[in-house]
Amino acid sequence: MRDFTPELLELIRLASTDLPPDVQSSLEQAREREAAGSAARGALESILENVALARRNSTPICQDTGTPIFHVRHPAGWSGRALRGQIRSAVAEATALAYLRPNAVESLTGANSGDNLGDEAFPTIVLEEAEDDELSVDLMLKGGGCENVGAQYALPHGELGAGRDLEGVRKVVLDAVFRAQGEGCAPGILGVAIGGDRGSGYAASKQALLRPLDDRNPQPELACFEERLVEEGNQLGIGPMGFGGATTVLGAKVAGLHRLPASYFVSVSYMCWAHRRRRMVVRGEEVTYS
Amino acid sequence: MRKLTLPLDPVVVRDLHVGEPVALSGVMVTGRDAAHKWMVEVLIRRTRPPQGADEEIHAALRKLLDGGAIYHCGPVVAGLETREYRFAAAGPTTSIREEPYQADVMRHFNLRAVIGKGGMGAKTLAACGEVPGVYLHAIGGAATLIAQTVKRVLGVHKLEFGVPEAMWVIEVEDFPAVVTMDAHGASLHAEVLAKSKAALERLLTS
Repeated sequence: MRDFTPELLELIRLASTDLPPDVQSSLEQAREREAAGSAARGALESILENVALARRNSTPICQDTGTPIFHVRHPAGWSGRALRGQIRSAVAEATALAYLRPNAVESLTGANSGDNLGDEAFPTIVLEEAEDDELSVDLMLKGGGCENVGAQYALPHGELGAGRDLEGVRKVVLDAVFRAQGEGCAPGILGVAIGGDRGSGYAASKQALLRPLDDRNPQPELACFEERLVEEGNQLGIGPMGFGGATTVLGAKVAGLHRLPASYFVSVSYMCWAHRRRRMVVRGEEVTYS
Repeated sequence: MRKLTLPLDPVVVRDLHVGEPVALSGVMVTGRDAAHKWMVEVLIRRTRPPQGADEEIHAALRKLLDGGAIYHCGPVVAGLETREYRFAAAGPTTSIREEPYQADVMRHFNLRAVIGKGGMGAKTLAACGEVPGVYLHAIGGAATLIAQTVKRVLGVHKLEFGVPEAMWVIEVEDFPAVVTMDAHGASLHAEVLAKSKAALERLLTS
């Protein structure tokens, strides 16, 4: 296993400065749906201008480069510890190059480490052994504004009249979008996990956000459900930046997890419009990014 | 788009209304979570004693913020090693976290513009009426675009808070924002909240 630090640095640069095409296209469609001269349309125009500028200048799309979340699948026999070390080196280097803002703050003292390296959980690195001999690294940069508006519900939820079924899930997810208003930088993308426990639910809701915006859930019932969440989320009328408008939600990705008989959690992770996720795949000597 | 020059005249502030796009030029100061907590506890309510250069910074902030603007922003700053600071990315952060502090800060410093994203609540809206002041909404995430309007970094206070939390003194030219809370008690955020609440109730019962 060789040193992938330079390739990982490029993955971070891409994620921070170059918005994926599916997200950009979704924002362009959203712009066309807003009335000419409206604050909502103005917001989306600025957003798209910023995306183009960040790509051209190789500077961060958003100053909150968030928690770097890495999902790594590596061939059998590779050292997870070495990969973790390479990722951490690349993160520190990317911070020194101003692709990332120093974001790791020690909670008790308030001290910022200055290089984005905190404890073992910062940055987040999930390692998994692959069945083939390919290395893939998915990276998502998830900012604090949208992370703060994430929510977890335990069903049944009396106040919202939400029972333990998809209809109940629909109600609490819409409540989460309502509560977020524009604070998570709408229009957002919803990662939803049904089931699991409090920890695995949130983790799965974030992992669901790694799916491309334009894919379709392989489970037909969930595919329809995702479409309904987007349509009804938009009926809330919160709009880009919370200015009011046609697009509040760009997409919804739903995953189901096994749960305990006593528990029925719905975990919602809200991703801002600046959905910075990139993938790197290494096959032999070849490295590709998408 | 209306061009505004900092510091703001109260007559100009009262003439601003919700929905109006503006372009700001002049000197402003960034401040977010740690800065607001520090300003209120150490400089305003004095529940914690000042430390180090706190009093000198207080005097400097009084001049900078009088009639001026505070920007809820934690920038990406290049040139940290040489202290030749440049803003690489500088979009707004979510303002509502400063709601417990903002009104006191506005009154204490005679602050006439609060810039951020997501809007603020009733206490800040009331202070906008009194000071008078406005809340200006910048486009969240438009960090490279906004950084281009930052012409110079004039200095930095409280860098011990870390780069995102420090109080950066910046000179901007045509910084774009929209008035979403004005000195007449109007708030676009309260309006959108009420409309979306009605829509949610319809969807929950359908």
